[in-house]
Amino acid sequence: MRYAMAIDTRKCVGCSDCVVACQTENNVPIGFCRDWVSETVDGTYPNVSIELRSERCNHCDNSPCVRCCPTGASHIEDGGIVLVTQHRCIGCGACIQACPYEARYSHPDGYVDKCTFCIHRVRKGENPACVSVCPTKCMYFGDLDDPNSDIVNVLKNRKFKSLAPEAGTQPQIFYLV
Amino acid sequence: MKTRRDFIKISALGIGGTVALGGASWVLGGPMANLLGLPDETAELKRFPTYCEVCFWKCAGWAYVKPDGGIQKIIGNADDPQCNGRLCPRGTGGVGMYSDPDRLKKPLIRVIKDGTQSYREASWDEALDYVSKKMQEIATKHGPESIALFNHGSSGHYFTHLLNAFGTNNIAAPSFAQCRGPRDTGFEATFGESVGSPEATDIRDTRCLVLIGSHIGENMHNGQVQEMSDAIDKGAVIITVDPRLSTAASKSKYWLPIKPSTDIALLLSWIHVLLYDELYNKEYVEKYAEGLNELKEHVKDYTPEWAYGITTIKPELIRLTAREMANAAPSAMIHPGRHTTWYGDDVQRSRAIAILNALLGSWGNRGGIFFKEGIKLPDFPHPEFPKPAWSWQDTLNGRYPLAKEAVTNTIIEASIPETGKEHLIKGWIISGTNLVVSVPLKEQLMKAIHSLDLLVVVDTMPMEITGYADVVLPECTYLERYDDIRASAHREPTLALRMPAVAPMHETKPAWWIAKQIGERLGLAAYFNYKDYEEVLEWQLNQIGQSLDELKKVGIKRLPRTKGPLYIEPGSDYTFKTASGKIQLYSKEFADAGFDAMPTYQPHAEPQEGFYRLIYGRAPMHTFSRTANNPNLVALMPENAIWVNPEVANIWGIKKNQYVWLKNQDGVVSNFPVKVRLTERIRWDSVYIVHGFGHHHKPLHLAYGRGANDTELVTNVVIDPIMGGTGMRGNFVTFLKDDPKKEVES
Repeated sequence: MRYAMAIDTRKCVGCSDCVVACQTENNVPIGFCRDWVSETVDGTYPNVSIELRSERCNHCDNSPCVRCCPTGASHIEDGGIVLVTQHRCIGCGACIQACPYEARYSHPDGYVDKCTFCIHRVRKGENPACVSVCPTKCMYFGDLDDPNSDIVNVLKNRKFKSLAPEAGTQPQIFYLV
Repeated sequence: MKTRRDFIKISALGIGGTVALGGASWVLGGPMANLLGLPDETAELKRFPTYCEVCFWKCAGWAYVKPDGGIQKIIGNADDPQCNGRLCPRGTGGVGMYSDPDRLKKPLIRVIKDGTQSYREASWDEALDYVSKKMQEIATKHGPESIALFNHGSSGHYFTHLLNAFGTNNIAAPSFAQCRGPRDTGFEATFGESVGSPEATDIRDTRCLVLIGSHIGENMHNGQVQEMSDAIDKGAVIITVDPRLSTAASKSKYWLPIKPSTDIALLLSWIHVLLYDELYNKEYVEKYAEGLNELKEHVKDYTPEWAYGITTIKPELIRLTAREMANAAPSAMIHPGRHTTWYGDDVQRSRAIAILNALLGSWGNRGGIFFKEGIKLPDFPHPEFPKPAWSWQDTLNGRYPLAKEAVTNTIIEASIPETGKEHLIKGWIISGTNLVVSVPLKEQLMKAIHSLDLLVVVDTMPMEITGYADVVLPECTYLERYDDIRASAHREPTLALRMPAVAPMHETKPAWWIAKQIGERLGLAAYFNYKDYEEVLEWQLNQIGQSLDELKKVGIKRLPRTKGPLYIEPGSDYTFKTASGKIQLYSKEFADAGFDAMPTYQPHAEPQEGFYRLIYGRAPMHTFSRTANNPNLVALMPENAIWVNPEVANIWGIKKNQYVWLKNQDGVVSNFPVKVRLTERIRWDSVYIVHGFGHHHKPLHLAYGRGANDTELVTNVVIDPIMGGTGMRGNFVTFLKDDPKKEVES
């Protein structure tokens, strides 16, 4: 079992619904976020194009945040989901520095917080909150080991890329282009 | 330690800055106390049906209530075809409307103490007594017609009912003369009806979608955004005409970066190509339309070469895109748009759009405009309304002959003694619209406000308009009340329920209760012959064979169509709702009223040197000015930014993220400085800003002073002579790099 996410940049309108849905699902304090939207602009007017991306923890196979965690709070759950055990986290912030995606933040309650792929929903067979709310249905979540899953299907049929592949972290969020 | 990134990177590029909007302990409480800090799965959240009120698409959803009270989250109702279980960011962020600490809490009455005016808190009884007594006084002196209502949203209905019972129909909404009025008038003149809301646009099944200034995706009308995404999946051709690379433009096969204000020239040249290259839907036009010969003669000289010199769009691109539409026809549509009050000839632009749709055969065909169907709920029994001695039509004073709804600005004009004369309005009720930000011509508005004997504002938030009220009545949010059943027409009739998920916070009350209370005090109890609104809904639903109990369980019900198919059946006939039953390519109605029977292109004002056309629009996470203080949505986008082309910024020596003041052609300067967003997405002759920011009312703690308010810079308004729409895109701004207020002091 290997959970992953694919996001269709041709459909994403950058509305940030994923951000606010994550916030209300996971009690993320206002002023912080576990996911966010980036925009890249290329070219000069009128030959200009943009790419919008909903970004979050890449739940990397080779995760520097887990490697550098001194207490074992950052760890990998079944299905490859990278999690932080709150009561083990001492808030040292090493993982924040180590993450090439800037996907982690210091929660005001003293621990480091990040995307959990909504594991509490996934365990019940639901999609993560961001995926289930997206008005453009641009996000696909599923098990890469399941040949019949939507995500495998979409990755088979579309060109995709991942972010900062040069960091060698083997990220598991794929952007359909 | 490195600081956390800018909250949302789209903001970082757009407006940047770190967002730190105070603690959030009052919002959601501390983290759940399980090992991973995941939401507590054992806590079963109760949920209640609602439909959203953050915009007027009204998506049905479920409000989930926390065990200790308060709203945890709002999730779309999967059975609702308007949202398909997916709310937009504003709907998801609707929790912030409830939890906003700046909400109005108690009724307020204006008092003069030691020569200065202020508000004091009052009991509901006192506030309602005050309002009804004043209304009576005005009616005795000037007649009940002298009370007017400005409204927007679900609450408007209750006050409309109240005023109709009182004897006035001076009831206006900015949604007509400041928004969709020109579109509706243009489409009615052509097809006999307009597209309604939610629009009857078959985007999900279209093969060619043409957007002219419609920025779907930034304009987050949920169903349309979802369907545009479906259309992208299915490989539809999208053609977007916009001076700005909008989100929609970035997803289009063709982006036509038009020179602003020249849209009609492009539309006429498209009509020319369709007719003279014989690409139009001949069978459809022959069967259903009138005036083809007149139209053909009319557009004879409007060639793509002619349009090129006006629009800057190359002739070959005009031909190519016309051909794309024709190839897809009748499964093609020029989207009618929604906010269409741009340049004062907006009805004619909408007519040109309607004519193009007619030539493609899109009305009544799959992938074009479908026949919507809804179900009408009967009114709860009440005595007949008295007939007013005069009405909003009289405030038109012979102007705007095709205005089918009240024009806000003529009601405002009629409230000023010099211009109101025999039809003088002396009292306003304002419900759910922040008039000072939603209606241009501030000077006129202020004159009217200062001439009134009574100004009552009903709102959930201390919007700017509340600062001018004699009485402020705090309304509870949509999450705390019953409202009318949503029975909007679309592909199938639906019924959606809104019921309270939580009790009203503070001393707030639902609008239906407020209207009923005022009505009873005015001796109009017979018009409010029910205990509470649940009784009204139950009765209404029973009349059409439905039940409130069932809706409480399911939230939304889809009903079968009974009035015919979604599209024109092959081989069948269709009678359009025009006088002749045919589509009017040539409008005799317009000609008879003294207007052009077919659209013509008129040049519009151009910016002077050093000035740039002010284009305004929407952001997906905000609705007008009403969400600018919503904590969840402010976190997504705390302020607007002025989009400036880097070459322009270079001339001015303006840097990325620098704050500047905007000064318009009439010397009006923005109240607050606004951040510069350098972007290649905007033309050199224009700047762009998201509407609804720059609030100057201090009780809006999160919104105060953030960004610029475009409405205050709209001082040049070109009124559409056909229906009174206020064209607001003829304003030009320049940049002030230093604080203009400082200059005055020194």
